[in-house]
Amino acid sequence: MTTRREFLVLACGAASAAAAATVEAQIDPNQAMVRKAAYQEALRRVVGDAQVHRGRVKLQLPPLIDNGNSVPLSVAVESPMTDADHVKAIHVFTEKNPLPDVVSAHLGPRAGRAGLSTRVRLADSQTVIAIAQLSDGSFWSDSAEVVVTLSACLEEGLI
Amino acid sequence: MSVRTGALRCLAAAAVACVLFDFANVDTEVGATEIPLAERRSGYEFMGRETRMIQDEDATNPGMLWVLDGEALWNRKAGAADRACSDCHGDARANMKGIAARYPAFDAARGRPLSLEQRINACRTERQKAAALPFESRELLALTAYVALQSRGLPVDITIDERTRPFFEAGRETFYRRQGQLNLACTQCHDDHWGAKLGGSPIPQAHPTGYPLYRLEWQSLGSLERRLRNCLVGMRAEPYAYGAPEFVDLELYLMWRARGMKIETPAVRP
Amino acid sequence: MARAVVTLPAQARRGEIVEIKTLAAHAMETGFRRTQTGELIPRDIIRRFTCTYNDVEVFRVDLHPAVAANPLIAFTTVATESGTIAFQWVGDNGYSVTETASIRVE
Repeated sequence: MTTRREFLVLACGAASAAAAATVEAQIDPNQAMVRKAAYQEALRRVVGDAQVHRGRVKLQLPPLIDNGNSVPLSVAVESPMTDADHVKAIHVFTEKNPLPDVVSAHLGPRAGRAGLSTRVRLADSQTVIAIAQLSDGSFWSDSAEVVVTLSACLEEGLI
Repeated sequence: MSVRTGALRCLAAAAVACVLFDFANVDTEVGATEIPLAERRSGYEFMGRETRMIQDEDATNPGMLWVLDGEALWNRKAGAADRACSDCHGDARANMKGIAARYPAFDAARGRPLSLEQRINACRTERQKAAALPFESRELLALTAYVALQSRGLPVDITIDERTRPFFEAGRETFYRRQGQLNLACTQCHDDHWGAKLGGSPIPQAHPTGYPLYRLEWQSLGSLERRLRNCLVGMRAEPYAYGAPEFVDLELYLMWRARGMKIETPAVRP
Repeated sequence: MARAVVTLPAQARRGEIVEIKTLAAHAMETGFRRTQTGELIPRDIIRRFTCTYNDVEVFRVDLHPAVAANPLIAFTTVATESGTIAFQWVGDNGYSVTETASIRVE
């Protein structure tokens, strides 16, 4: 019978059992540091040294989430979506999931509107960031803070 | 007031009512802790706006993936009798309308109520001469969801008569009985503390109006019995087996408790 | 068995932006979960979703384990001409699903 702590880790999809976790943190502080570094690296991979401006992007997530397994997420970017001026890609990252990448959309003027809606998994209360890459090479972003609570009666697979 | 005293008062009142009224039409007296009919709210209302939106549109509701499978199975011949559901029942959209709203329903041959899943399996084994579909299998969930979808928007239509009364009472007794290591009764959370928070999640009133439903926790469609087993495990009580009479009796009580509320299958819940 | 569902209008005016909603039946196993006995359940996810309009790619998504099971992907496209809009999902273990829809553009 797994302990509540171990189940929490299973449910969040973490790679290792967080045996040393404090009661408050859902993720081991060392684990959180490793993930934050991976997140920074993922951002760098997409953006390089370019400056990321805040604005033009609207990232929507419920502020208080019913269940971290399936969280509705939507990104919309203000853009005329013409050949001369359009959004080429939309990237979504998280800072505390086991992997920072969530989803990347590649699009162009044929999309009409720059946007994407999907449902994502969030391992903990954290920051989610959406970065839009424009045809002129610039990067724009928006971020959202979300609170993920645990269900009261935890379940372990098909009972 | 204990459940026993309440039950006796109910019986006494019902006995008096018997003399004066047509028994089949007398509504069972509402116990002191039951939620007043006008205050009943679906689990839908306890979810966030975004989760409600997933249920609202068939285009985004993952439960529809199972419903489509159910439609295919409805039309597929099966078993030694080489018969499809549609061969006897025709178009489900017309002929299954209102069916799920009346389940669990009394089965004369078995002398007891059956859940919709059990009814589907009875048809499979007796009419199609095919093997019963395992509980929680994709096929059984798909067929049940497809049939129940045909009642979406219709009010739950359960009335208790002399045949179903003993099973209804057994189900109600289970709902009120303290169980498990936590010594909790369903009524304590779902009648007395609905709306309050348990570990960060709101406690709903526990009306099974949307089953089978897509539970975000499961990331899959699942039955009411799966949910009830999870509740019992949460209370550290031994869960009944799938298809156990205790579950069907409890479902009968819960559906009666939700009488008049709209069917939402396939619902989405956290 | 239903592997994917796509919803979009059957017809549109030329230049109109149409909304497309897609659902794919897939567990999206993250590769981080373990069985009761501690064994790692291997990753098994949809990796890429592509939408083509008369064989021209108009939208593409790279998916990672953080995408929820039975993924919803909703986006828009401009109704340029009548024809076929095709959707393809490709993933681990040879997973490949295609759906098509016709659109009439006036």
